[in-house]
Amino acid sequence: MLLHRAAKPVVFGLMSLPFCWLLYATLTNQLGANPAEALIRASGDWTLRALCLVLAVTPLRVITATPALARLRRMLGLFVYFYVIVHLLSYSGFDMAFELTDIARDIAKRPFILVGFSSFVLLTALAATSSNRVIRLLGGKRWQRLHRLVYLVAGLALLHFFWMRAGKHNFAEVVVYAAILSLLLGWRAVRLLKKNGA
Amino acid sequence: MLIKNSQDGFSHTLASEITPQRVYAGRRDLIKLMAGGIAGAAIASWASRDALAQGATARPGKLAVLPGAKSDLAGAVTMEKPTDYKDATSYNNFYEFGTDKTDPAQNAHTLVTSPWTVEVEGLVKKPARYTLEDLLKLSAQEERVYRLRCVEGWSMVIPWVGYSLRELIRKVEPLGSAKYVEFVTQADPKTMPFVGSRVLDWPYVEGLRMDEAMHPLTLLSFGMYGEVLPKQNGAPVRLVVPWKYGFKSGKSLVKIRFTDKQPATAWNKAAANEYGFFSNVNPNVDHPRWSQATERRIGEDGLFAKKRKTLMFNGYEAQVGQLYAGMDLKKFI
Repeated sequence: MLLHRAAKPVVFGLMSLPFCWLLYATLTNQLGANPAEALIRASGDWTLRALCLVLAVTPLRVITATPALARLRRMLGLFVYFYVIVHLLSYSGFDMAFELTDIARDIAKRPFILVGFSSFVLLTALAATSSNRVIRLLGGKRWQRLHRLVYLVAGLALLHFFWMRAGKHNFAEVVVYAAILSLLLGWRAVRLLKKNGA
Repeated sequence: MLIKNSQDGFSHTLASEITPQRVYAGRRDLIKLMAGGIAGAAIASWASRDALAQGATARPGKLAVLPGAKSDLAGAVTMEKPTDYKDATSYNNFYEFGTDKTDPAQNAHTLVTSPWTVEVEGLVKKPARYTLEDLLKLSAQEERVYRLRCVEGWSMVIPWVGYSLRELIRKVEPLGSAKYVEFVTQADPKTMPFVGSRVLDWPYVEGLRMDEAMHPLTLLSFGMYGEVLPKQNGAPVRLVVPWKYGFKSGKSLVKIRFTDKQPATAWNKAAANEYGFFSNVNPNVDHPRWSQATERRIGEDGLFAKKRKTLMFNGYEAQVGQLYAGMDLKKFI
């Protein structure tokens, strides 16, 4: 099924749905009293969810022995980048009115914004090196080393979310994402240890 | 017909027919009083019509009516456009009902607001337990249209109904030793599902310095938009301190205590470096995690509008600035 011609377009469609819904809800005024805040938060949530999905590809592929899953990895990764751009643009536009000096000051002043912005910079490097041509150019080993930065991104994104929620001591959702990400990264760590031990 | 003239020397008015000065002076006072009363009534009705025209008291028609005469207190009625009732009642921070701003509107229906009593105790000559009915008629209800600035960086304009807290304070006669007022709010885990969550210590406690509590702008509120308070907005009685961040205005009050020590307030206990005891709106002192220089007015400013500048003391500096004369407001946050 994953090898089917329609597999990629279907996943593409599914991953676009949250964005389409946000767009529709904005235009039809369904985002509540503070649409700016709703858009910034929802785009952040979807970045985190896409990140969990892309990090789940390899464990699922190995555990279920479905090599075809790897076909979806790049697209899911680029969706992480898409949603982080929506997130960054929402913050820059709705919170900062695209005032670059204000944004720069905000990044310098608030650690939680700095952490979020750093993840965006790292994701930019990963998105920019995602084409087949660049992979060939870098060579598989180097490319893989570079793309292990996604583990750092996962940690930074989680820290960003944790800090955001720390104000209200409201960690219920943070704990859920932390559990998912530790499971996905922990599985890799265990596999690495086993490999080295063997 | 009997015509009298000055030549008719013997026909004097009887002494009994002369209206005594005391009486006719009193009659003039009465006429003045009546005229004043009529004018007053006329002004009141004109004022309420005016308020209606501005939309301030345009009743949403959801809850029991609670009219208030337009307040003539300086600064008590802003001309800014009141926030939509829908936004003001669906975007709330009331953690007893959940931490999402849409939670209170969904969950607060379980709150039981009748019967309701408010205990007034501590360093006062006349401690008392007031029923809501007593409180409602303790002083004349006024409509006050205040700006509301949340510490999170958004703001609204709300037409509250209530009276100055000092009307109640005067009734209970605080002792000279009373320096602070502590406000304890309802914390009933049976009707408030998130009481018991570890976000804050329950009950939610707030406090003011005595002079802040006695300031006429400090409002004991029972209603908004010409009706009684919706549950998610702190029914049946709450505090509104317009020059402080919103969290200083405790909702669903059950106890007012006069003390000689600064009360341990909920947010200050949770994060002292982020939420000071005073928490006056101050664009020059940032929250450690975000700027307080600007704010988004809910329902007014478009998605791409630049946020508006936050005003010192939320625009009430002329009225309350002197309370903090000589205090370093960067230190006393």
